[in-house]
Amino acid sequence: MTAPSFTAEPTRRTTHRAPASRRAPRRRHSPDRPRRSVLLTVLMGLTALYALLPLVWLVINASKTQKNLLDSFGLWFSGDFALWDNISQTLTYDDGIFVRWFLNTLLYVVVGAGGATFLAVLGGYGLAKFDFAGKRAVFATVIGAVAVPATALAVPTFLMFSKMGLTNTPWSVIIPSLISPFGLYLMWVFAAEAVPTELLEAARVDGSGELRTFFRVALPLLAPGIVTVLLFTMVQTWNNYFLPLIMIKDPDWYPLTLGLNAWNEQASTAGGQPVFNLVITGSLLTIVPLVLAFLLLQRYWQSGLAAGSVKG
Amino acid sequence: MRTMTRRAMRGVGLLCAAALSLTACGSSEEAASDKAVSGSDLRAALKEGGSITVWAWEPTLKQVVSDFQKEYPKVKVKLVNAGTGNDQYTALQNAVQAGSGVPDVAQVEYYALGQFALGKSLEDLSRYGADKFKDDYSPGPWNAVTVDEAVYALPMDSGPMALFYNKKVLDKHQIAVPTTWDEYLEAARALHAADPKAYIANDTGDAGFTTSMIWQAGGTPFKNRDTNITVDLTNDKGVTTYTKVWQKLIDEKLLAPISSWSDEWYKGLADGTIATLATGAWMPANFVSGVESASGDWRAAALPQWKKGDEVSSENGGSSLAVMKASKNKDLAYAFNEYANHSEGVQARIEAGAFPATTADLASPTFLDTTFPYFGGQKANEIFARSAAQVPEDWSYLPYQVYANSIFNDSVGKAYVSDTKLADGLKEWQKAAVDYGTEQGFDVNK
Repeated sequence: MTAPSFTAEPTRRTTHRAPASRRAPRRRHSPDRPRRSVLLTVLMGLTALYALLPLVWLVINASKTQKNLLDSFGLWFSGDFALWDNISQTLTYDDGIFVRWFLNTLLYVVVGAGGATFLAVLGGYGLAKFDFAGKRAVFATVIGAVAVPATALAVPTFLMFSKMGLTNTPWSVIIPSLISPFGLYLMWVFAAEAVPTELLEAARVDGSGELRTFFRVALPLLAPGIVTVLLFTMVQTWNNYFLPLIMIKDPDWYPLTLGLNAWNEQASTAGGQPVFNLVITGSLLTIVPLVLAFLLLQRYWQSGLAAGSVKG
Repeated sequence: MRTMTRRAMRGVGLLCAAALSLTACGSSEEAASDKAVSGSDLRAALKEGGSITVWAWEPTLKQVVSDFQKEYPKVKVKLVNAGTGNDQYTALQNAVQAGSGVPDVAQVEYYALGQFALGKSLEDLSRYGADKFKDDYSPGPWNAVTVDEAVYALPMDSGPMALFYNKKVLDKHQIAVPTTWDEYLEAARALHAADPKAYIANDTGDAGFTTSMIWQAGGTPFKNRDTNITVDLTNDKGVTTYTKVWQKLIDEKLLAPISSWSDEWYKGLADGTIATLATGAWMPANFVSGVESASGDWRAAALPQWKKGDEVSSENGGSSLAVMKASKNKDLAYAFNEYANHSEGVQARIEAGAFPATTADLASPTFLDTTFPYFGGQKANEIFARSAAQVPEDWSYLPYQVYANSIFNDSVGKAYVSDTKLADGLKEWQKAAVDYGTEQGFDVNK
């Protein structure tokens, strides 16, 4: 509740001061080394803290035992350092079902998000670079689809899939994940900007077929956009909760999100065994691949964002 | 378009495969009729084997399933945790509606049975002879699983209520264990005055708990006969008795604002923030696994009374196993159900910490003599068993209690966080329940 008011005020103050600082000595600070604003640094610091605090909490508490979790201060280490023990317990608890959930998630991400990206690239490129009848209708549909939350479609999809006998199978999660209206829209806009039509015409004049033009000429230019869409769909599929919740009832096909929730729910039933330490450690292990993906792919991503600005 | 058809074809193929494998398991076709099934029929089905799916989150069933499969090697039981409570009911409702993916056996809490029984999703077990089990189960659970002549499930466990209290905390402040709810209020005041960080109990609005308390106070706020329903949460004497005391606990801020089952709750039970807990007799297993560090601090006592000298208790929680009408293998499903809840399985579940609903076990000397190291060696089952026999029998839930409970905090919950009175909150809850019932086609309060 306090967050909006406390960020709003400093922002207002910066805009007030902005004219003064713009006129202020520009020469001493080259574009490469702009003047440091204390206010902005503090503001950014607070935002970073706000974003990182849950992560810090997660790392700290993943190092505690179940007993220790409940009787120690949340934001500092306490008792024995049990991280390695927690990790091995997480991986072996309930016959190592966590590993199975991990592999399931990986499957959903590779096939689902990978497929979604592939389809978005094909469709986006086609829509951006080819003229055909009904293009406006497609545009309207895509824009409309972006506005419909996936959650709203989950139940009708469930009813349809159960008629087809697809519920409780990996397909029930993968097939809906293959469609990413936002990804398609993003690729469309990106392809329109990043692939000059003149270049395509030049390729055609040189006798290159459409497929060859797409793979050899357009695809490299689209790479930064592809990475963006890939990251986007990956995060979405990795964190997908509601769709598998409705579709999948067999714990052997659970993704990590559902599995961790099942472990968490264990604490809220008669005779159940609370395993909060495993839920926390499991959550930490769950976000590691995403963090890695961002760190590894951010280079491509940044170059993509910067590419347009230089051409200007 | 072509891929669509192919996809659909695969769906059809899968369905056929499923149907084939089920008919191959045998004995399913005859079960579709309503004729009586005898014990020898069941034994034949068990011998022939097959596979069934059980949706349940109750942890001790794991052991039962493995014992059962050892005894009947041809039967394969797939135990699936499809979510706890509400999550599972939603999934079950979805599956029933979709007409596929319905399990053979499902765990259903007592308060939720009405909803599935009325929706005609559950098999009447009296054709298997389950109607003869009346005297084998304690009255609270048995009443919950029967509607008129029909038996819609077998009781799995029960939750006769008791008062669990942190002896260390009460002793430290020289507070006696309350035997009436008025004494409870006094104890709450004394405790909070002595230690502002300690509370007599936690409560942020819990439909299950509130209805159990009204039940003990002799209330019958919900009555139903066929599609005629009465909801009275304003003038019912159980309701007024309850709100009189509980309103004071709320007004004087004597209840810890901690929701049950949260990590904070476990923490509060461990460190003395929450000094007592009035709940079902299934709680000891949760104490042992979730509140490890307070071992030896806690004891059990009889539930405080609304009138001094009375001996009335109530039920809180507890669940049953039902056979789904959509099951293709009802004979096997029932055979498993009976094994788990009426014969060998019961003992295995008691040993794993479950609290039985079977009278034979509740009266058995080994059960009553069990000492609980967690409760300082107390023979707590004596208290629980006595409680089980003191539950008023005329209680019933709404046929849509799951929904009603899910909206409880929208109305009654306000009493815990604002100036709204508990009585007004309950009145609002009543209105919402009446409106919903009318929308669903019931005759409510007519």
